Amino acid sequence: MPDPLTSQAAPSEQIPPALLLSGIEKYFGHVCALHDINLDVGRNEIIGLIGDNGAGKSTLVKILTGVFPPTRGRLAIAGRTVDWSAYSVLSAHAHGIETVYQDKSLGEKQALWRNFFIGREITLPLGFINVKREKEIAREIMLNTIGFRGKGITVDSRASKLSGGERQGVAIGRAMHFEAELIILDEPTVALSLKEVRKVLNFVHKIKEAGKAGIYISHDIQDVYEISDRFVVMDRGEIVASIAKKDISLKALDEFLLEYAHGMKDKEAT
Amino acid sequence: MKREGSLLASLGRVEGLPTAAVLVLLYLVFIVLTPQVFLGYRIYMSFFQTIPPQLVLALGLTLVITAGEIDLSFPAVVALSGFFFAWCFKHGLPPWCGFLVGLASGGLVGYINGVLVARLRVPSIMATLASQFFWYGVTILIAGGLQLDIAAVIPSLEHRVFTGRIFGVLPTQALWAAGLAVVMWFVLNRHRFGEAIMFIGDNAEVARVMGINVEKTRVTLFTLMGLIAGFAGLLLTSEINVFYPTQGQGMLLPVMAAVFVGGTSIAGGSGLVAGTFFGAYIIGSLEAGVVATGIGGYWVQLVEGVVMAAVVILNIVINEGGISVLSGAVRKWSVPVRSGSGH
Repeated sequence: MPDPLTSQAAPSEQIPPALLLSGIEKYFGHVCALHDINLDVGRNEIIGLIGDNGAGKSTLVKILTGVFPPTRGRLAIAGRTVDWSAYSVLSAHAHGIETVYQDKSLGEKQALWRNFFIGREITLPLGFINVKREKEIAREIMLNTIGFRGKGITVDSRASKLSGGERQGVAIGRAMHFEAELIILDEPTVALSLKEVRKVLNFVHKIKEAGKAGIYISHDIQDVYEISDRFVVMDRGEIVASIAKKDISLKALDEFLLEYAHGMKDKEAT
Repeated sequence: MKREGSLLASLGRVEGLPTAAVLVLLYLVFIVLTPQVFLGYRIYMSFFQTIPPQLVLALGLTLVITAGEIDLSFPAVVALSGFFFAWCFKHGLPPWCGFLVGLASGGLVGYINGVLVARLRVPSIMATLASQFFWYGVTILIAGGLQLDIAAVIPSLEHRVFTGRIFGVLPTQALWAAGLAVVMWFVLNRHRFGEAIMFIGDNAEVARVMGINVEKTRVTLFTLMGLIAGFAGLLLTSEINVFYPTQGQGMLLPVMAAVFVGGTSIAGGSGLVAGTFFGAYIIGSLEAGVVATGIGGYWVQLVEGVVMAAVVILNIVINEGGISVLSGAVRKWSVPVRSGSGH
């Protein structure tokens, strides 16, 4: 039986980045929400996207996940330029973008095996679901891809039986299974206890280990620092800094962000 | 964790078993109280004759409620499809032709309901309430308020296939309804359409971001409900060989009761087709049974109410959802479906 979980794309010479954004602008009426966003994410790179509320992070995420298109600009996923008119929430998966949301990743009352395959069922003729196959693969993902060790949890358990961190683990495992080019983690740890945050971070590490790319969005600088290879700082709709992890310590990053916030406040005062 | 629950809880996980147990218990009580009626086969044949239309409706409604929606318009469809069937037959068309027209009229009503709910975002409780009045009005107008006697339909193949008697006793509509129950179980539990329904009823936003076309699924669902209601109307009209403009009235509450007695959560997200099957037989047997016991007509509804409440409570306790599932459901129906174009 071929193992769908460990199959990786063969390395080749000129690999285009997992994600390439160039000249993205977004206006809501006359209000400019995003201005000239240029960003690339390497094939096995985790980007930490940092910024205060209103910095434009969520607008950018909504463009990436297909909620709305930008006013102008180009998006290429794994070298393929996206046609905005064909890009939507419904088609984001087909384009290779998976998103782990804060709270809308799983159907609470549904069995885990259904949650893994919802929207992408393995079907028999006439659209009937191949339950046996889906359960096998779901079991495989839980054991091997995300190393799930929740007590008494099986693929038949309802999602509501899982803790908040475990739910995000399922969502991350699902994203990895479907061979996403890029996994967007949109504040996946909000409203979780420290212990559960730890679990989520361990799951996110698996993304890196599996050779995949991700954008991690969080307010917690410590988490972002641990997870990311590079930090991209946004403010008022622009990318104001892009710093590799090897060039900065957590303390320095924290100070940089603080200074930046203060600097901005000073400017506001004048 | 409640996983290692009692024997009762693990048995409760067998779909529809609590409701089936109550049905058996109910019949046992009836047998003890009126053995002369309930030890004979005739009463059961009479149930197989009268319950199928309501069972068919309850099967469709189970899917609608699983999706977190409600349909109040099906009684009107029972009248409308019955009218078209009878009218076509009266005008010399073959019965199967009237049959198809009746089904199609139900499908059309359902499709319009679906468009109102999914595309125009009218809460389903309002859309289908309006629809119920409108289509009854249409039926009464085009029927001129008159009933149509179609006794001549009895020798036809259509009549024998759908509402005939096997070995002269067993009504075929009971088999059609049971067959539909099996099909609906597979649709809900083993088909991607059913899975979409469950996720939409659970959390439409999750369904949307996971790639489910929520609007299209809702339109299909209401159309299916309309077709099923049309079929129920055909079974009814064919069985009694007469169309009357108020047929279907009075079916709304018993059919809803059958769904809830079957253990389907009012909150959406999960539905028990097997439970609905037994629930319909409980609801359909109660009145005749209570009357037969001779405790007096004034008591019938009171006893029915007690039995229904008891089964619903039993299902809630067994499904370990607790009372909390009840809250929020009515609220859900009265709030428009959430926008698909984003926010």
